[in-house]
Amino acid sequence: MQKISIDPVTRLEGHGRIDIFLNDAGEVVNAYMVIPELRGFEKFAQGRRVEELTDITPRICGVCPEAHHLASTKACDAVFHVDPPPTAKKLRELFYSAFYVADHTVHFYILGGPDFVMGPDAPVAERNILGVIHKAGVETGTRVIQARGKAMDIIGMLGGRKIHPTFGLPGGVGKALTEEERQQIEATAREEIEFALFTLQLFRDIVLKNPIYMDLILSEAFTLPTYYMGTVDAKNRVNFYDGQIRVVDPEGKEFIKYSPKDYLDVIAERVEPWTYLKFPYLKKVGWKGLVPGKDNGIYQATPLSRLNAADGMATPRAQEAYEEMYKTFGKKPIHNLLATHWARLVELLYAAERLLELATDPEITNPHVRNIPTEKPTEGVGTVEAPRGTLTHHYVTDEKGLVTKANLVVGTTNNYAPISLAIKKAAQAVIQKGQKIQEGMLNRVEMAFRLYDPCFGCATHSLPGRMPLEVRLFDPAGNLREVLKRNMD
Amino acid sequence: MTEKTFEPRIIGFLCNWCTYTAADTAGVSRMEQPANVDVIRVMCTGRIEPSFILKAFAEGADGVIVSGCHPPGDCHYTNGNFKTFRRMPLLEALLAQFGIEKDRFHWGWISGAEAPRWAQLARDFTEKVRSIGPLNWSRQLASKED
Amino acid sequence: MATQEKLKLALYWAASCGGCEIAMVELREKLLIVDQVAEILFWPVAVDVKYKDVEAMPEKHIDVCLFNGAIRTSENEHMAHLMRKKSKVLVAFGSCAHEGCIPGLANLYDRDSIFEYAYRESPSVDNPGNFVPQTAYSLPEGEVHIPKFYNTVKTLAQTVEVDYFLPGCPPQPHQIWAVIEAILAGNLPPKGSVVGANEKTVCEECKHTRQEKKIKKFYRIHEMIPDSTQCLFDQGIICAGPATRGGCGSLCTKVDMPCRGCYGPPPHVVDQGAALLSAVASVVDADTEEEAARIVGGIADPVGTFYRFGLPSSLLHRSQLGKK
Repeated sequence: MQKISIDPVTRLEGHGRIDIFLNDAGEVVNAYMVIPELRGFEKFAQGRRVEELTDITPRICGVCPEAHHLASTKACDAVFHVDPPPTAKKLRELFYSAFYVADHTVHFYILGGPDFVMGPDAPVAERNILGVIHKAGVETGTRVIQARGKAMDIIGMLGGRKIHPTFGLPGGVGKALTEEERQQIEATAREEIEFALFTLQLFRDIVLKNPIYMDLILSEAFTLPTYYMGTVDAKNRVNFYDGQIRVVDPEGKEFIKYSPKDYLDVIAERVEPWTYLKFPYLKKVGWKGLVPGKDNGIYQATPLSRLNAADGMATPRAQEAYEEMYKTFGKKPIHNLLATHWARLVELLYAAERLLELATDPEITNPHVRNIPTEKPTEGVGTVEAPRGTLTHHYVTDEKGLVTKANLVVGTTNNYAPISLAIKKAAQAVIQKGQKIQEGMLNRVEMAFRLYDPCFGCATHSLPGRMPLEVRLFDPAGNLREVLKRNMD
Repeated sequence: MTEKTFEPRIIGFLCNWCTYTAADTAGVSRMEQPANVDVIRVMCTGRIEPSFILKAFAEGADGVIVSGCHPPGDCHYTNGNFKTFRRMPLLEALLAQFGIEKDRFHWGWISGAEAPRWAQLARDFTEKVRSIGPLNWSRQLASKED
Repeated sequence: MATQEKLKLALYWAASCGGCEIAMVELREKLLIVDQVAEILFWPVAVDVKYKDVEAMPEKHIDVCLFNGAIRTSENEHMAHLMRKKSKVLVAFGSCAHEGCIPGLANLYDRDSIFEYAYRESPSVDNPGNFVPQTAYSLPEGEVHIPKFYNTVKTLAQTVEVDYFLPGCPPQPHQIWAVIEAILAGNLPPKGSVVGANEKTVCEECKHTRQEKKIKKFYRIHEMIPDSTQCLFDQGIICAGPATRGGCGSLCTKVDMPCRGCYGPPPHVVDQGAALLSAVASVVDADTEEEAARIVGGIADPVGTFYRFGLPSSLLHRSQLGKK
């Protein structure tokens, strides 16, 4: 048997290799997504002060540190049996909403976008952010950088550092909001809503109105029915920060709705000896291996999953966008994997609207943002929706609050089995018997991975192209400092 | 191949005014003590940074001693040894987390007049470390097949 | 600038989190300038160049390689040697490459204990085959290989020769930009230097007011609400600032959180953890051995506190193998 390796997979976070096995006739017999990395956080968390995990676990991922930071903070609240003041919870959600705006923006425009917007067979030199800017315009490029930047500024305002911010701690958050800061956040939130609407329109214009892209989206090669998981509020609407975890079956019927602390009753992680990553699945359905089917407990936890698992969005314009998406596909749940990109933009709009809601909440500048724990620490679970899936932190400590056991089920990990199925399906669809294998084919196999936005929403551009570009740099006072041009007069 | 008895390599950080004087006296008076302790004279145990002890272990010591003037009144610099008794318990806790056996590190006070106590410490500590065995810290980082 | 040859740049990540990549994105508009002046030959997060393409490059083809991430596996080690061979200048970018960073805490354990927990003991694990990952495994279709996971995390400089060190977890964008400007201007200090950081400690940049320190009790961050204007360490919260190189802008203390030491040791300090331990203990307000032991005994997890970022690069590098 012949083996083709895509090594490493690119335009995602982390390390991966796809091994494709072909028989003598040149047909794909199987394809494996091999994860060659492990760092051991669950083990070296043992012996650490539990509250310090809020600063240690974000180093699992520098793209979504905010997700780990908040899941860890919530787990610590539970360990110490302390309930933070209402303003602290709102501030955490505000902080998290700003993060979602930044993160989803980056994934669409810079990482996943190029494949989707430029098309899967575009030359490597164009299949990147610059290609996207060329299609969408230079002004868009600047707008993207600024939209992301302003959202990140909110992170920095609250958490000091923009990457690996330190904001939450057991019982609350580290600082309260001043009125001046609140006004700044409110102004940014309004801009971000406009930006999200603009992005959705861009998606309609470039993708939805293009029949070739729509064929790709609707193609069988990129369709995968599974169970879907997401966090919902009391009204079964998508919530990133808190709520119950809901799973629907491939027909959309509610399979289970559970409290985060009961996660061990619901999911288990299968070990395979050929990869460092484990495969979560639904225990009550069971594990049948890396094969599709309703009797297999494989589930997805992605923006599309969250929308599939919920009954709607909690803010008005996001709800409109949600309805538009399901109307276009004519069914719910949507099993077309590439629709994940669209779902991500619906979430982008929700995050911006939620940011505004929280920024204008009458309690948001209340200075009472900390409750000091009084009880002995024992054990706790904290979950949030990471952009890439439901994130669970579970800690057990001794009476001094030193960790004796830690268990983490991380966003992208939820999706390891579906990713494996998706790349195999894509490989079998694009690599046909007798055909010479082209680079674009291998990229299509990678696309089946990239739509999941695996733990990394932020690539910046790739640079072999020579497209015309003008960059204007302004100083903080608004004076034009420099104009750089390439291939322009 | 002849089996050699393990000879512990011990580093002793001794303060000039008290324990170094005691060790010197013990030597001059021919009190019996093993040759295993390499003495490093410091002016005061307060000069000893915890990194000295760690470096000693990292570079081949099987045991380390820190010894100086009795608090509260004997320190030549008044309260240099106060720094020592604040740092050493924390260093002990750190060494335990590194998996270095407690009996490999001794810290305490021996005055200039207590030469016999120094000789006794040198004898007892050497035997204790001998019974634990070599530390050989660099061994665990050397292997490429690790 | 238009007539100058573009700088051939490569960026690679070993055992890392991606935060150093995001730090490059945080250059924001300046990243478009990097595009003007540099040609990125290899950057897996952003560019579809594969390992085979790098192997095919001539030696020293790359002008500057920014290498982030610690050396955890045989693949990380292989890539460190490869990038060293293909690059004129190799920069240890960020705390993982510089001193081991958070993944370095795994040096308190070893491969067996990490695998045992991750694949057998963890409460959510389902492992009827009782497997741990194998470096080579036969599947029905053929053999699949994964890199070897070493017992000990190493820094980049413990693996290959490194030309410059850019500290931080991650390095702050304004510091990255300063280094890029220095590279473009040909204005780098002698090889082996730390770049993109200050010569003094974080305390110099911190705006809290410092008094004489006399600590009667140490507090963990959730145990007290600190005064925003006073030094956190004065108030009994262990802050790594006094033993940490400055240059980050003291962003953590700005929001009343203690520094955890991610920029590594200040100049001339070989072991950051030992320096911090010494600083913390020295100012304990105790005049008897018993009192001192009692106060410092209140510090939980010394190694995780003092060596949060620098364990692999410390004097001892790791805990004793084979000991529980």
